[in-house]
Amino acid sequence: MARGDQKAFASVYDVVAGPVLGVVRRVLRDHAQSEEVTQEVLVEVWRTAPRYRKNRGTAMNWVLTLAHRRAVDRVRSVEAAAERDHKAALLAQTPEFDEVSEQVEARFEREQVRRCLRGLTETQRQSVTLAYYRGLTHRQVAELLALPLGTVKTRLRDGLIRLRDCMGVSA
Amino acid sequence: MTNRADLHTLTGAYATDSLDDTERAQFEEHIGQCPACAQEVRELSATAARLGLAAAVVPRPALKEQVLRSIATVRQEAPRTEPGPPGGTVPRAPLRRASRWALAACLAAATAFGATAVWQHREAGDARDQAREVQQRTEELASLLAAPDARTRTANLAGGARATVVVSEGRDRAAFLATGMAEPPRGKVYQLWFNDKGTMRSAGLMDPGRTTSALVMKGRVGEATGMGVTVEPAGGSPEPTTKPVALLDFPA
Repeated sequence: MARGDQKAFASVYDVVAGPVLGVVRRVLRDHAQSEEVTQEVLVEVWRTAPRYRKNRGTAMNWVLTLAHRRAVDRVRSVEAAAERDHKAALLAQTPEFDEVSEQVEARFEREQVRRCLRGLTETQRQSVTLAYYRGLTHRQVAELLALPLGTVKTRLRDGLIRLRDCMGVSA
Repeated sequence: MTNRADLHTLTGAYATDSLDDTERAQFEEHIGQCPACAQEVRELSATAARLGLAAAVVPRPALKEQVLRSIATVRQEAPRTEPGPPGGTVPRAPLRRASRWALAACLAAATAFGATAVWQHREAGDARDQAREVQQRTEELASLLAAPDARTRTANLAGGARATVVVSEGRDRAAFLATGMAEPPRGKVYQLWFNDKGTMRSAGLMDPGRTTSALVMKGRVGEATGMGVTVEPAGGSPEPTTKPVALLDFPA
């Protein structure tokens, strides 16, 4: 394995590690597990980087999509965790994690995401945040919000479309 | 079993990973035959990634050591050469591994530069427009870096700075990425040049406020065999007036 590749990976790490850990923590909410999954994700990025192609979107999208998928895989494999079944806990505002600091560079992103989330309807916003930030299936979201499954599917789609337009995302 | 019409509405659920395994498999099969869905999935996945980016935290420094130690024992996969599904989950064109990886690094760096630039501009009155402009420039850059025929060359400059030049013959364009360059003297700027076999042709100015930069060079690559950077009076010069601080040959 070329040493240069490992060096290049160190600079990729600097850029993606904070966002990866952030995504995984939002979904898993347990710090030790989040670090474990983050490490797995970054090793997978290293392993599969030679197969990365632009048709997957930008490198950051690719890495964050992978991170979210792995966090969700983990959360679903430990689904039984009592806390997660507790509706009140799930519907509560997402707790901020005081023992890690938010990345300064992500401040603009945070402000923009907050602003754009405010532009969604209540059910759109709840559907999107419960699915993405909590890693729930659309079935669980439907149960939790007492909405028909079809409604949740369309709210997820409409909500993301509105966010896409608000943030000016293109792909 | 979900019917076809229903499958169209699953783009949001797919992008947020909220489908179960069976539905996910069904939907992935569907997007293979539905270019409009594939496009919507790309956009909504990119949107979801923005939600992720907003959640970024600062990892413990020790995590980096752990990860770097782990990768030293993990072999990288060879690039695949067979065509992938139109949904875009599998790589396509063959390219040497090292340069592919360098490209991934560049992309990541470009993203970071974009984010920093956006952040630096956030206080300005019209932050939104500026952000869009920066994003546009970043996308142009990212697209060039990801060109299938993009080749890169990196060099160390004086004072610990590092410069990378990326050239796509197909697009006839080049990009210049630099970190750690000393700030130009007051009232001066760094100017980029294409090296047309010894004759320098202006390729634009670097932002004087920044010592880290990533930009698409102005103009076509044409016959140029390399590029250079000189310090020039604000506004730039029609031809170099100082000795270059960087001279790079384009990668073969």
